[in-house]
Amino acid sequence: MYTQGLDSLGKDCLRDEAQDGAGVETRFQCRVDAEDKIEPKDWMPEAYRRTLIRQISQHAHSEIVGMLPEGNWITRAPSLLRKTILIAKVQDEGGHGAYLYSAAETLGVSRAELVDQLLEGKAKYSSIFNYPTPTWADVGAIGWLVDGAAIMNQIPLCRCSYGPYARAMVRICKEESFHQRQGYEIMMRLAAGTERQRAMAQAALDRWWWPSLMMFGPSDAESKHSAQSMRWKIKRFSNDELRQKFIDSTVPQADFIGLKVPDPALRWDEAAGHYRFGEIDWREFEQVLAGNGPCNRERLEARRRAHDEGRWVRAAASAWAEKQRAKSTQAA
Amino acid sequence: MTDDKLDWPLYEIFIRARSGLDHKHVGSLHATDARMAIEHARDLYTRRQEGVSIWAVRSSEIVASDPGEADALFEPARDKIYRHPTFYDIPDEVKTL
Repeated sequence: MYTQGLDSLGKDCLRDEAQDGAGVETRFQCRVDAEDKIEPKDWMPEAYRRTLIRQISQHAHSEIVGMLPEGNWITRAPSLLRKTILIAKVQDEGGHGAYLYSAAETLGVSRAELVDQLLEGKAKYSSIFNYPTPTWADVGAIGWLVDGAAIMNQIPLCRCSYGPYARAMVRICKEESFHQRQGYEIMMRLAAGTERQRAMAQAALDRWWWPSLMMFGPSDAESKHSAQSMRWKIKRFSNDELRQKFIDSTVPQADFIGLKVPDPALRWDEAAGHYRFGEIDWREFEQVLAGNGPCNRERLEARRRAHDEGRWVRAAASAWAEKQRAKSTQAA
Repeated sequence: MTDDKLDWPLYEIFIRARSGLDHKHVGSLHATDARMAIEHARDLYTRRQEGVSIWAVRSSEIVASDPGEADALFEPARDKIYRHPTFYDIPDEVKTL
């Protein structure tokens, strides 16, 4: 039905607004309301651009720093298969960072600026990556809980109003599912193992449960940017809604492998169809965000060291390309 | 802090998912030259057999239409629904048309 698209464009309000001489801002909001996608060269409010640059770059930084806690276990993974899986996962995270930096660049900010902001400690990244990974079970817990929480956050972003961000998120979400499943499988094996392995899995769940819940951000009442981001369709669900969704789907997964979620207040509310849960310690969240988490300094140092130690490689690549260009110009 | 500002040019990457399909835009990346762009695109966009062929094009070489002239460019096609086969009412008895 080719003709269908012609009469159901749903953009008629745009046309009318334009004819009425409505402001560009109204037209913009009208497009967003009609679920039209905003593309890099389209007009957009400055605050929309700034919000996206902030959010996409923080997201990119999180992927890059997120390689570190798990990278810690690549050399000590318990088998060759687990090692290759972990390398693939960490490589995916690096890839996600690259997709997102590219999406941010479409908004007129340079990659170098963004990398600088991270290395200088001016940029934020997800608080979760400032926690340590003392055992192999932490790798399982990260895949299961941290990637699980990330998926809850990221699936609605696939429908974000900004085209390049939405497209990057589609790619990322496809890959995250592997991350979550391999993590849960690690936990499943440990939970079915020896007494010590089981205890290791439980301890990792104890460590990662609350920080994972904090990944959804402050509760709706406290969240500064939420309302505007909802209006712009950058955000589709509130922090609390997503957190509840995560808890509802994760608690049965813990039950299934016989691990106990470390929350004495946790109980199933039959009438509501949701789990009720205890109070989150937001002081801890604020402390980690303020740079005082267990590994904040270590993470930034690792990024700076990687950047410094890679400098000669980048210089050599540039020099080689320059030399090839000179050669081909000479030959021509 | 980065004394070596990352000034590698930006490339747009297009991937042919399977033989017989068009190359489709998948994203962009920085590289020193075309060869590196292809190699990075392999690592970045085809880790799960998403492609059998890669095009890399310097972003600065792409000429794009201006969203501001979208109406001038595309509006004229809006009312020409007779260009579509479903515009024409043909009785069901008539076959293979």
